Amino acid sequence: MDTNILIQAIISGLLMGGVYALVAVSLNLIFGVMKIINFAHGAFMMLGMYFTYWVSIFLDIHPYLSLFTSMSALFVIGFLIQYGLINRIMEAPEHNQLLLTLGIALFLENLALFLWSPNYRMLQVTTLAGAMHTHKLMFSTPRMIAFGAALAMTLLLYLFLTKTDSGKAIRAISQDREGAHVIGINMKIIYSVAFGIGSACVAAAGTMITPFFYITPTVGLVFVITAFVIVVLGGLGSFWGAFFGALIVGIAESLGEVLLPGSLKQVPIYSIFILTLLLRPKGLFGKKHV
Amino acid sequence: MSKNGIPKILFFWFGLILIAVLLPFLLPSYFVHVLIMILFYGYLGTSWNILGGYAGQFSFGHAAFFGIGAYTSTLAFVNWQTSPWIGMVFGGLLGGLLGLLIGSLCFHYGLRGPYFALATLAFAELLRLISLNLDLTGKAMGILIPLKGNAPLSFQHESKIFYYFVILLMLIGALWVTRRIDGGKIGDYLAAIREDEDSAEAIGVNTFAYKLLGILISGFLTALGGTFYAQYFLYIDPPVTFGVGTSIEIFLRPIVGGMGTVYGPIIGALVLGPLGEVTRGILGGYHGVHLMIYGAILVGVIIFLPKGIYGWLDGFIRGHTR
Repeated sequence: MDTNILIQAIISGLLMGGVYALVAVSLNLIFGVMKIINFAHGAFMMLGMYFTYWVSIFLDIHPYLSLFTSMSALFVIGFLIQYGLINRIMEAPEHNQLLLTLGIALFLENLALFLWSPNYRMLQVTTLAGAMHTHKLMFSTPRMIAFGAALAMTLLLYLFLTKTDSGKAIRAISQDREGAHVIGINMKIIYSVAFGIGSACVAAAGTMITPFFYITPTVGLVFVITAFVIVVLGGLGSFWGAFFGALIVGIAESLGEVLLPGSLKQVPIYSIFILTLLLRPKGLFGKKHV
Repeated sequence: MSKNGIPKILFFWFGLILIAVLLPFLLPSYFVHVLIMILFYGYLGTSWNILGGYAGQFSFGHAAFFGIGAYTSTLAFVNWQTSPWIGMVFGGLLGGLLGLLIGSLCFHYGLRGPYFALATLAFAELLRLISLNLDLTGKAMGILIPLKGNAPLSFQHESKIFYYFVILLMLIGALWVTRRIDGGKIGDYLAAIREDEDSAEAIGVNTFAYKLLGILISGFLTALGGTFYAQYFLYIDPPVTFGVGTSIEIFLRPIVGGMGTVYGPIIGALVLGPLGEVTRGILGGYHGVHLMIYGAILVGVIIFLPKGIYGWLDGFIRGHTR
């Protein structure tokens, strides 16, 4: 096989992996703080994509300009869902929390289906159609921008968690719930803020891929399952584990696309998933804190 | 006991059976279809409940067993003209075997709670992707089952009443199995595993063996349901058999109705079935829109009725008869 095709596949995989990283890192933030596997994460991403789609259609503006509005909208939605719904069952068994977020995902996805039909939508952004070509390799412009933005956002999230007071409070809770409670951190508000930030990050990922990815009510399911694979591979709760896991999964998926026929491209991912769950359930970089 | 010495409970059961037998003859075809769907999802929920409700092992991938059952009987029928009744038995056995395979892997490596849920989801997704790419399974086109008209031996009939009685008997069978588990030693062991697996292990329960038994029975019964689906709709494809949506539809009813109780899944099906029909009528439009209401109900049940409708009714009645 032509090595150029393989290198091209690795590049595309890496670029998509950057987007996966933002999805997975924000999923992991929610898990790290609340110990909740958020099934609705993909649905939030889907909402971010539709938000960008409609804003850029109705206001006739560039999709990237909707980034901060879509992030703010999803921050509010995430904050309210944690504050009003999930906070009520923080002490319930784990599977109830999983089911609650699944119920939210079902509701949001089918609300989108009801409002906007199952039709696949695509934004045509003429200013972004280009690509860079070097040594017979192609770097698609919107994918590179999405990769760069996702990386920047991931870094910002990391700095927020390690350098700011709110970030430190969030990490304090994820490491020692009772201790954090004792020193007077308002758990309910911090939980809601953390959930809101996670939702805003995944909305950002949604906005950044809208120029080159189809939009449909169930699009989030693909991403949330991929993100589960990534966080399990990298270690639930590990920030950099999720980051590198995302790049690995992006490349594995892209190579699968080239080497395997049809939709079998996802088979390597699920195989990685099952093997990791069985052999290394703490993940490659399994650590306890965010 | 009533005055003439016949227990009241017998009257209750006799009446219930009489209604169940007469109902399909009295109702128009559309309502018979609604009833079939209630019994069908009640059956699948009852099958899931044995592993998810009694043993507390949350499977998010029961579509794997469902699809194995549907494809086994269908492929045997289409390729070798084997009666789907025979195919159903083999599908059930394969479903049970798949349960043993998934179970022995997951339980051997100690996957619990959400990890087990995600692993089962991954197994079902793998099977969906494989069936999407095999010529044998007709890829994304799926398989149309040839029409045979009124051929009960080929598990086909033009009248819905035939299917009604088949699924009714299947449900009664699954309920009988559940009652045997619920009232017996197995039920106690499974409940011990569900409440605290480490303690169960410590007092000498072979948790590995009993969890395997749970997934074996559950996988077997769910696969039989797959054959019923194939013969009723006479068409199967990868998403309706192995898809995530199917797994969700399977566990939704026992959770809403009441997990780990004999009749919880039926109660869930009785509530969600008609509600789904009504919302489809109101919202209309696209396939699956009723899941919006199901999602809202799931959220409400988890927050307000964590023991399901059955648990809530039970507590309510006890509170008022004390």
